Amino acid sequence: MGEALHEITLTVNGVLREAKVPGRRLLSDCLRRELGLTGTHVGCEHGVCGCCTVLLDGAPVRSCLTFAVSVDGHEITTVEGLSGPDGSLSPVQRAFSECHALQCGFCTPGFLCSATALLRDNPSPTDDEVVEGISGNLGRCTGYQNIVKAVHRAAELMGDEA
Amino acid sequence: MKPSAFDYHAPRSLGETLEILAGAGPHGKVLAGGQSLIPLLNMRLAAPSHLVDINRVAALDTVSVEEGGVRVGALARHAAVERSSSVARAQPLLRAALKLVAHPVIRNRGTVVGSLVHADPSAELPAVLTVLDGSVRLARHAGPVREVPAAAFFTGPLESAVEPGELAVSAFFPSLPPRTGSAFCEVARRHGDYAMAGAAAVVSLDEDLRIASARVACVSVGPVPVLLDVSEVCAHRPAASVDWAAVARDVRDRIDPEGDIHATAAYRRHLTGVLAERALRIAAQEAADERAEETSHG
Ligand SMILES: Cc1cc2nc3c(=O)[nH]c(=O)nc-3n(C[C@H](O)[C@H](O)[C@H](O)COP(=O)(O)OP(=O)(O)OC[C@H]3O[C@@H](n4cnc5c(N)ncnc54)[C@H](O)[C@@H]3O)c2cc1C
Ligand code: FES
Ligand code: FES
Repeated sequence: MGEALHEITLTVNGVLREAKVPGRRLLSDCLRRELGLTGTHVGCEHGVCGCCTVLLDGAPVRSCLTFAVSVDGHEITTVEGLSGPDGSLSPVQRAFSECHALQCGFCTPGFLCSATALLRDNPSPTDDEVVEGISGNLGRCTGYQNIVKAVHRAAELMGDEA
Repeated sequence: MKPSAFDYHAPRSLGETLEILAGAGPHGKVLAGGQSLIPLLNMRLAAPSHLVDINRVAALDTVSVEEGGVRVGALARHAAVERSSSVARAQPLLRAALKLVAHPVIRNRGTVVGSLVHADPSAELPAVLTVLDGSVRLARHAGPVREVPAAAFFTGPLESAVEPGELAVSAFFPSLPPRTGSAFCEVARRHGDYAMAGAAAVVSLDEDLRIASARVACVSVGPVPVLLDVSEVCAHRPAASVDWAAVARDVRDRIDPEGDIHATAAYRRHLTGVLAERALRIAAQEAADERAEETSHG
C-alpha cells in the first residue's frame, strides 16, 4: 500500500505553489525536490548547522526540522526570494559578496536568511547582537569575522537606501 | 536521515486532538515545535506510527499572566514567551532561562511545554519549573484533567509523567513572592548548546534582608533536574555574610553527576558548585534590590 499523500499549498517567494507530499516530507526536501528550489541547503538534518534556514511567515526557522504538511497555507521565503524581481542582489547579499563572507557557499543561504531577518527586526545591531543572531549557523570556510562584518555592512547599505 | 512513514493527523480543536491521541494510544506522538522530536525522527531514534500535529490548534497558542503566575499554553513558542514583557514582569526567570535555550532560530519554533515534556535533564526549562514549584496540566479524552507538580512530572532522562493518550495542555510558572530574586547561570561548550552544568536559583529575604530561603535546581547532574534547598547553609544571614564557599561545598557534596565526552564527573561537580553559588548570589542581590525599590516607593 502506498503512503498517503497530502495536497499542500505554500506561498514560496511570493508565488503560490502546490505539492503532493507524504506526511514525513521535510520542508527542506519539499523545497528542493517537489518545488525545485535547491538554494536551501541541507547539511545535518538535525538542527545544528543552520544551512537549511528559511523564513516562515517572516521568521527564520530550520526547514529540516519542519514538516512541509505542517506549514500548509503559510508563506516561505528561501534564498531564491531574497533578491529583487529583476535578479538584483539584496543589501545582505551584496554585503556578503563585498566583504568576502563566503567561499564555497554551502552555509551561505542559511546565513543570508538569518541575517535578513535579524536586520529587519534590528536595523543597527551591536556586535553581540549580530553574533547572537547568527549563532545558530555554522560555516566551515571563511571564519566568522567576515560574516559579522558583512552583516554590519548590510545594515549600512540598508540605512543608505532607506 | 529521513523519518519513517507515519499517519499524519492535523486536528484543529483540543477535543479532536484528545480523541485522536486516545485512538493512537502508545503508537501516537504529539508534534509541537518539532525541535527535539524531528531530529529523533530523522535519525530514526523514534518511529511513531501516528503523529498528531497540534500546530493548528489555535486554542493552545496562549500565554497568560494569571493570579499568582504565568500559564503557558502548549503551542506558545519559546520566542513568544521570551518577548512578552508582561511575562518578564510576572516571572523574570522564564526570560532569563529562555535566552539560554538553543538559538533564536530554534526558539522561533520550539515550545515551552514541548521542552518540559521532552524532559532532557540538561534542559533549562525543566529546572525553572522545578525551582519554582510549577506544574503541568495534562488532559485526555473522556478523562479527568491532571495537574502534575514539577516534583512528580520529571520521572527520568527524557521521561515525563505524560502517559500515552495524554496531551500536556499548559504549564504554570508561579510568580515570586515579595523580597525574592531569581537567576539562571550555566556553562555550555558553545553558546546555544545544552549546558554541561547550570543552576536556576530562587532566594527569598525576610524583613531584615536576611536569607529566609534559598533553593537551586541543577541541570546535567542527574536523570532529572536536581533540586537542593540550601537555606540552612545560608544560616539566616544577610547575603554579604553568608559563607558562600560552604554553600558551594554543600551543593557539590549533594550531587552525583556522571562524566561524558563533554565533561568529567569531577569537572561537572566543580562547575555546578560555582554556578549554584553565582546564581544564588545574583538572586539574593535581586531580592535586596527589589526590597530597596519597594521601600523607596513607600
Ligand atoms: C540545535 C539545537 C540546540 C538545542 N539546544 C537546546 C538547549 O540548549 N536547551 C534546551 O532545553 N533545549 C535545546 N534544544 C531542544 C529544543 O529546543 C527543545 O527540546 C524543543 O524546542 C522542545 O519543544 P518542541 O515544541 O520543539 O517539542 P517537539 O520536538 O515537538 O516535542 C518534543 C517531545 O515532547 C512531546 N510533546 C511536545 N508537546 C507535547 C504536548 N503538548 N503534550 C504531550 N507531548 C508533547 C513530543 O511528542 C516529543 O516527544 C535544542 C535543539 C536543537 C535542534
Ligand atoms: S540541515 Fe537543517 S540545521 Fe542542518
Ligand atoms: S562558505 Fe563554505 S561552509 Fe560557508
